[in-house]
Amino acid sequence: MWHTLSIGELGRSLNSGEISSVELVRHFLARIERLNPALNALITLDGERAVSHAAAADARRAAGETGPLLGIPLIHKDIFCTDGVRTSCGSRMLDNFIAPYDATVVTRLKDAGAVMLGKANMDEFAMGSSNETSYYGPVKNPWDTSKVPGGSSGGSAAATAARLAPFATGTDTGGSIRQPAALTGVTGIKPTYGRVSRYGMVAFASSLDQAGVFAHSAADAAVVLGAMAGFDPKDSTSIDAPVPDYSATLGAPLTGLKIGLLQEFFEGLEARNAALIHDALKVYRSLGAETVEVSLPHLPLSVPTYYVVAPAECSSNLSRFDGVRYGYRCENPKDLLDLYTRSRGEGFGAEVKRRIMTGTYVLSAGYFDAYYLQAQKVRRLITDEFRAAFARVDLLIGPTTPTPAFDIGAKIDDPVTMYLNDIYTIGANLAGLPGLSVPCGFVDELPMGLQLIGPHFSEAKLLNAAHRFQEATAWHRRSPRGYD
Amino acid sequence: MSDWELVIGLEIHAQLATKSKIFSGSATAYGAAPNSQADLVDLAYPGVLPVLNGEAVRMAVKFGLSIGATVARHSVFARKNYFYPDLPKGYQISQYELPVVKQGKLAVMLEDGTVKSIGVTRAHLEEDAGKSLHEGLAHATGIDLNRAGTPLLEIVSEPDMRSAKEAVAYMKKVHTLVRYLEICDGNMQEGSFRCDANVSVRPRGREKFGTRAEIKNLNSFRFVEKAILYEAARQIELLESGGTVVQETRLYDSDKDETRPMRSKEEANDYRYFPDPDLLPLQIDEAFIDAVRATLPELPDAKAARFARQFGLSAYDAGVLCASREIGGYFEALTAAVGAAHAKLAANWVMGELSSALNRENLDIAASRVPPQQLAGLLIRIVDDTISGKIAKEVFEAMWSENLTADAVIEAKGLKQITDSGAIGGVIDAVLAANPKQLADYRSGKDKLFGFFVGQVMKATQGKANPAQLNALLKAKLDGGA
Repeated sequence: MWHTLSIGELGRSLNSGEISSVELVRHFLARIERLNPALNALITLDGERAVSHAAAADARRAAGETGPLLGIPLIHKDIFCTDGVRTSCGSRMLDNFIAPYDATVVTRLKDAGAVMLGKANMDEFAMGSSNETSYYGPVKNPWDTSKVPGGSSGGSAAATAARLAPFATGTDTGGSIRQPAALTGVTGIKPTYGRVSRYGMVAFASSLDQAGVFAHSAADAAVVLGAMAGFDPKDSTSIDAPVPDYSATLGAPLTGLKIGLLQEFFEGLEARNAALIHDALKVYRSLGAETVEVSLPHLPLSVPTYYVVAPAECSSNLSRFDGVRYGYRCENPKDLLDLYTRSRGEGFGAEVKRRIMTGTYVLSAGYFDAYYLQAQKVRRLITDEFRAAFARVDLLIGPTTPTPAFDIGAKIDDPVTMYLNDIYTIGANLAGLPGLSVPCGFVDELPMGLQLIGPHFSEAKLLNAAHRFQEATAWHRRSPRGYD
Repeated sequence: MSDWELVIGLEIHAQLATKSKIFSGSATAYGAAPNSQADLVDLAYPGVLPVLNGEAVRMAVKFGLSIGATVARHSVFARKNYFYPDLPKGYQISQYELPVVKQGKLAVMLEDGTVKSIGVTRAHLEEDAGKSLHEGLAHATGIDLNRAGTPLLEIVSEPDMRSAKEAVAYMKKVHTLVRYLEICDGNMQEGSFRCDANVSVRPRGREKFGTRAEIKNLNSFRFVEKAILYEAARQIELLESGGTVVQETRLYDSDKDETRPMRSKEEANDYRYFPDPDLLPLQIDEAFIDAVRATLPELPDAKAARFARQFGLSAYDAGVLCASREIGGYFEALTAAVGAAHAKLAANWVMGELSSALNRENLDIAASRVPPQQLAGLLIRIVDDTISGKIAKEVFEAMWSENLTADAVIEAKGLKQITDSGAIGGVIDAVLAANPKQLADYRSGKDKLFGFFVGQVMKATQGKANPAQLNALLKAKLDGGA
């Protein structure tokens, strides 16, 4: 039953002595042992260390320390470097890589007393929308194990949905938190670019990558984000602005809140999915919010823009994986070129190679202006359109994904169809905006997500809007059968 | 050769004298054990990020201000992508389209004394790569990443130089300047100051440039001169025999004194430059520039002009004395102690005896065995006629080797000049008496014998007779017939 409680409830139980962190950790480790084999959501378990960290948290509590995350278990996406623990990024390239340091996100959550149980499966180097590109095999969606959980943070999403931990970390470059959150029926937030440090997070596309949270509710996500966020001198793109107490503003009335309905997000959306969004709007109106229609004419160009910018950056970011200093190295290279080509050829999977090649192409002499520069211009247009929209409305709303979870294997051989999965989520990454997905109903017994996007640094407002929605609805309380 | 004109531009790499690297906290000291100064950022571990070293920016701005350049309020770090084992990230962070320093110039004095202005197109910040080591390793290449991430200022000139000597004069000028500014130690053996030379030739009188070759990694003034001369001769020979020059990168082999192609055009890299998303654009405001400007020392040209004006020195001498901040400082301290009226004497000693003693032992002037106050003690003894200039050289040698004051040497060796007219006269009398034949010859018209008598008197006084007094007294005695 502990796995059904919120972070707040668990904290109270820990404080009252009803349960210790060690017991809590053992409870979740047992669940993982029992349930993970069918899901493949975790690829590294760190049970022994988790128990000892839980004991340390219990000692801290006994010494009078409190704190909302002290002794609370979590799962990190395997993209975050964890000192002394394998950090594979879902790739054969880093299958043997034991990180020698902690990412800032890991350090902050450790300092807050949260206890890592293990590391979550993910699309290789966070490139994928279905968690099928992982070297460690696909993650199954706990709502239907023939379905994908979404990606790239599919392991974190599935683990949270299956209640293998009260929360999990993720990263979102083009929707990698929001899309899997939607497809697994959990709450996921991608903060403003620069809100959470990227130090120690294996880079995919540096100008788009942002760390965030999977949780069972917006209220839980508020607690975790508060611990993760903040300026980090080790990340030049992190922003030196105070972190508000996200929990403190939860429950604020939505009277007068102006919500913009993104027209572009409804084109081609199936009627049943659209109906769920309109139901959500009714909930918001009943809470006093005002809804208006908003159009961002360049938003449909998000996908092609993203698939120039992200591969360009990834082609450069992944150059360091060369078989020289760490990670995979081919057997018996005969010379330097052979070392490079075989180590990279054998170490990377097909999707990663596809993006490295795309990125190399768009940055090449003769193509740079037509692709990379052009994409940057469109990116600017989209950003400007968002800014103009936020002059009129407080938040934008729409679906998180066009469809619910699809079959494993259905799209993996058709990259363009796969890429279109992120059609609603990519815009926020291009503009650096915070976005959040909350469960808003079911289609064919599979969860669907409602996406909220706000202006830069509006996390408090987004979390509150999500929280108020969750006070008025029960979608987020549902668990997949067998995981409740 | 006279039908052809050389066109040369230099790209100078000056290693900035910061304590830590440009994007990491590792130390930059030279000569440490391999890979002992490379942290996770330098090793390009997964997840690490660069953080710009503000000190490197300050140094770049300092350089920009010293050449009257524009300091860009907004500049951008880009990634230059290529694979090499000593380039851990697979890209070098450098400034590409928007450098921090743009459009400056440097006045260079040529051999004939004329001054030529050489344009500096840009100066940009970048990181150095590591080193591949082949020596002492069988069938393997060692990688030392201590140098990886060391800050460099790449100073790119306009193709304004027309001879190898001009190129060397310009490079020396930049070398002097960066040391004045204390932004680079200028150590060429350790690679802290090196350059690539772009060389082309064109028929004299033609405006259009010829195709250029880039000669990489020249780390001495002599190699720059020789490499350019070789390369120009090669291109001229090629063109005169009906061939064409290929645009390519070449290496200078100092053992064979020749340049040869480094990589062919087919192997040329497409560096796929794009702005580094891990670093925000570098924004520099007026207040920062003003603060840096306030730290600028007196620059070499200004100092030389002042020396010439204040001390009545020739432009050449003033220039030599300003070759480094330390030389100028030594000269000024010396002149202050001896008196400005004797600045020329001080200049001659710094450029003469002191400079040769330093060169002999390959010492920096800051490490001189005879500090300015001590040398002043010697010059004062010349000025007050205690010793002659000739004896002073002997005293200087003793001061140098035995670390003594001038007075101590003069005292110990009894080198004090004889200025007592009676004493000098007595010696003259004795010399004349001892050489009656020469005396008679002199008086019968052999004027040249005057020198003989001076020599005899100096010999008898061990060189200590005051030369002016001796001359006057001797002349009076010889001509007076007394």
